[in-house]
Amino acid sequence: MAETKAPAARPLSPHLQIYKPMLTMMMSIVHRITGVALYFGTIIVAWWLLAAASGVNGYGRFEWFSGSIIGRLILFGYTWALIHHALGGIRHLIWDTGRGLGPNEREWLAAANLIGSIAITVVLWIIGLLALGSSR
Amino acid sequence: MSDAVPKHIRTPLARVRGHGAARSGTKDFWVQRLTAVANIPLIIAGVVIIIMLLGRNQAYVAQVLGLPLVGIIMLLFVVSITVHMRIGMQVVIEDYVHDELVKLVMIMANTFFCVAVAMASIYGLLKLSFGL
Repeated sequence: MAETKAPAARPLSPHLQIYKPMLTMMMSIVHRITGVALYFGTIIVAWWLLAAASGVNGYGRFEWFSGSIIGRLILFGYTWALIHHALGGIRHLIWDTGRGLGPNEREWLAAANLIGSIAITVVLWIIGLLALGSSR
Repeated sequence: MSDAVPKHIRTPLARVRGHGAARSGTKDFWVQRLTAVANIPLIIAGVVIIIMLLGRNQAYVAQVLGLPLVGIIMLLFVVSITVHMRIGMQVVIEDYVHDELVKLVMIMANTFFCVAVAMASIYGLLKLSFGL
């Protein structure tokens, strides 16, 4: 908790604004943003579990939300954030072993992360909507 | 800790020297990776469970979530993600909040939020498993 106060207002080192946006950098930022989104999104998971436990009326209120346009958009975004953060996490675990840090590898991993997350999200929603159709 | 006029002339290094390392400096780093690895199979299992339950009525959903295997997977999922997200959000707070008091309050609120989400989810899952 050592809090040192600077004696004078010195210029700070430059931050994001001076760098050209790069894919790896954007993926790093998106990893953090999706993490924060998933953090608040856990409220929906908790609500779903409590609603299922509470009975028909409580679950009906959750279904009203999850079936609405806004609800679907939020859940689609949540799915993408989850898959993107999971793939990004795997990328970080690969980096933790010291692999995948070369100039070509890290670009390839960043692109695979983005393309993979979009593709998997779309496939999951197609499967989900088919499952939804067949259960009605 | 540091006032404009220091109360003593010993340097911060001299004051901690000899006390030994706390040896817990890498705990959060390690737990973040531990839960990250755990989250991979748990997310896959969780997605399969959710797809199985899409569009089903409450009685069916409650029955499936109350199955031992499904209930245990969901409990592991909830514990692993809430531990993981608590550490992640703490890092974000420490990166962007520089006022010491505000930072401490936010780090506390972060833990409260994560524990509340975990306990609410666990309560729901236990109720589904043991019935009430």
